[in-house]
Amino acid sequence: MGNFGQLMDGFAVALTLHHVMIMVIGVLLGLIVGVLPGLGAPNGVSLLLPLTFTMDPISAIILLTSMYWGALFGGSTTSILFNIPGEPSSVATTFDGHPMAKQGEAVRALTLAFGSAGFGAMVGVIVITLLSSWVANFALRFGSPEYFAVYFMAFASFIGMAGGSPFKTLVCIMLGLAVGTVGMDTISGEGRLTFGITQLTNGISFLIVVIGLFGIGELLLTIDEGYKFDGVKAKLSLPVILRTLAELPRYWVTLLRSALVGCWMGITPGGPTAASFMSYALGRRFSKRGKYFGKGEPEGIVAPETADHSAGSCALLPMLALGVPGSATAAVMMGGLMIWGLSPGPMLFTSRPDFVWGLIASMYMGNVIAVVLVLATVPIFAWILRAPFTVVGPLIAIVCLIGAYTVSNHMFDVWVALAFGVAGYVFKKLDYPLAPFVLAVVLGDKAEDAFRQSMLSSGGSLAVFFENPLVASMMGIGILLLSLPLLSALFNGLFRRGAGAGQTSSS
Amino acid sequence: MHITSLRKGVIAAAALTAGLAVSGAALAEWKPDRPVELVVSAGPGGGSDIFTRVVQAALTKNKLVDTPLIVVNKPGGSGSEAFNYAKDNAGSPYKVYFGTQDAYVLPLGTKVNYAMKDLTPVASMVFDVFILWSNPKASGINTAQEFIAKAKENPGKVRVAGAKAKDADETVVTLVERATGTDLAYIPYKSGSEAAIQVAGGHIEANTNNPSESLEQWKAGNQKPLCVFTAERLADKTVVTENMSWADIPTCVEAGIDVKDFVQPRTVWMAADVPAEAVAYYTELMQKAMQTPEFKDYTARNVQITKFMTGDELKTFLAEQTKNYEKIYADNNWLLPASQ
Repeated sequence: MGNFGQLMDGFAVALTLHHVMIMVIGVLLGLIVGVLPGLGAPNGVSLLLPLTFTMDPISAIILLTSMYWGALFGGSTTSILFNIPGEPSSVATTFDGHPMAKQGEAVRALTLAFGSAGFGAMVGVIVITLLSSWVANFALRFGSPEYFAVYFMAFASFIGMAGGSPFKTLVCIMLGLAVGTVGMDTISGEGRLTFGITQLTNGISFLIVVIGLFGIGELLLTIDEGYKFDGVKAKLSLPVILRTLAELPRYWVTLLRSALVGCWMGITPGGPTAASFMSYALGRRFSKRGKYFGKGEPEGIVAPETADHSAGSCALLPMLALGVPGSATAAVMMGGLMIWGLSPGPMLFTSRPDFVWGLIASMYMGNVIAVVLVLATVPIFAWILRAPFTVVGPLIAIVCLIGAYTVSNHMFDVWVALAFGVAGYVFKKLDYPLAPFVLAVVLGDKAEDAFRQSMLSSGGSLAVFFENPLVASMMGIGILLLSLPLLSALFNGLFRRGAGAGQTSSS
Repeated sequence: MHITSLRKGVIAAAALTAGLAVSGAALAEWKPDRPVELVVSAGPGGGSDIFTRVVQAALTKNKLVDTPLIVVNKPGGSGSEAFNYAKDNAGSPYKVYFGTQDAYVLPLGTKVNYAMKDLTPVASMVFDVFILWSNPKASGINTAQEFIAKAKENPGKVRVAGAKAKDADETVVTLVERATGTDLAYIPYKSGSEAAIQVAGGHIEANTNNPSESLEQWKAGNQKPLCVFTAERLADKTVVTENMSWADIPTCVEAGIDVKDFVQPRTVWMAADVPAEAVAYYTELMQKAMQTPEFKDYTARNVQITKFMTGDELKTFLAEQTKNYEKIYADNNWLLPASQ
């Protein structure tokens, strides 16, 4: 097996003391920037980029990818502790992670998140190792209709499982799409919904939306409903960490399903954010305890975290093979590659195998190091939670506002974040689900671009979405997922009439 | 690296352009005494961003500056955010702005809050060239002539991908349409590399792109250059595939598409009312950056045309360019209603 031999060569490159040190430093730096929302991975990586100019490309990319891992883990930390997602892809982690933390089980929530994230990343890297030569060609088969089909699947799986009122879900999706529309339209080159405000021409950053909706919204809610944070109840951390890690294999079905979803979304252009949402949705649909999702259910943490990290790892491969970055962070890293004199593309694998396989080997080790390091930080974070709300509350407010400002150094963004904070509070109070809203903001404009590009190139014929087996089967799965609630309602109605298995509605 | 500059920046700039080493007669010497911001009119990862970071790397690595250089991305409003920032920071000699033709083209088609008088042109360093590419395997198009023939047979059906709407790629496609009397379907993508992948994957017939964004796909046989939108053939004789080098790509005029010279300058600006000494300092600094191995690698890799312009030459060039774009924008009906 050629790949295996090359991987071993890669390990020989990555397993030097120098490179292991770089990984540790990278992960720690990443953790720090990941914990501060807004500073996030893209900014962190671009701050670090000048330092790497004098390094050789392999050390440089190891530093940057380690930092990337660290930031991903850091992003989950704030999602769980403060309901502020540090990265778009960790939004889904807030849904169950934060409720669990609020119940005094922050240590368990963090450990679950980190453990499953580590598992997901490992699966992702193994997939890369085995399929590297195949993935590059596969990714080339994705035209605009296929892109749209991937997004359609993500939307469909989410709508298909949405609990609560379908009307409210629809309203949230529509509002989310409207927010996603703001700014420069790719297809026409015109500004949309900008109301002549210059600051809106670049669109509303997703980070600003989540900082507002989740961070500030949660803060307002806490003030309104009283502080119920049982941080003090947190027990001695180490035994909890070990017990939680031992608990993980119990969720093997969720772990495997989520890793699969993650790898698929990472190889195709769906990306980690869509993967984590889709995996959460599927988890809620197919888990026995699905109806408890949203109230601090372990599987509700495991599903998005596993998918997020396996997608994040898998997405690096199309990036190297095609030169199309999957995220803002990847874009900065790719810029780095070019400055170091490497051009991403199908030939990189043959022209610089030492670089590619050194990177893949470093991903194995970087992840292990990241998991160990973040688990070590859990007690520190748990300790922060013991502080009274009069200390933590203002701290969260400051972090949110600074985070909103640093996204692109605009005071305007701070006002937008505050506005979304109020919106988030109102949504929660009226029991409108935030998840579909967020999903629509993230994927809405990408799906729209892909749809309109497909229409432009097919001359307006919808048949383009069914013209080859790949796109047709993805659309088919999407439609199936979309109609799943209808089908299961029908099924329940026919066979289990009055069996008392009705969903306990919560509000 | 001690720079001697004359009292009058214009003279200094002219002297530097002429390559005269002004030594001895030291008048007011200017040097930044605090970190300098390199402001990019684009987001991280794009062409302008990489260009700026290469300059940053070249200057830092070769110790051509004593103070730190910080790259700041201001991509808002298609890049107008960067130039608005220049307006807000008039007179600041610690901010240098990096862009393309966007600085003078943006005000034509969109409402922006700055005017050209808010910017001081420093230099134009290199030109990115544009190439028309096809996917020979999927579309059967091997030459520019075949491309035009196919476009004439199927009006409105031959698809050309490019980066963004009403930007350089769509501009050059409209020029091709007008020059050949064809009707092409332009499909905008978020970036040039995304557009290239669509062609490499056989989903779209052709695209226009900077050479580097399609180079790897060309090597892999998924894309083929049809013609280059320059006045003369490219100078680079590096053999890319077994039978072709960059210099073997015909110019579009040779190939029967009468679009003479469509290139994208990489420009450097400062705000208005900055000290002439500072302009002279950065002009010379940019010139030095161009001599570094890092920068030379960059231009070679991107198959750019190196041409340093500053002072009056730059002013004439900018005036000409603006006039050309005004005409193209008027023809395409893209002008901002107020300025029509």
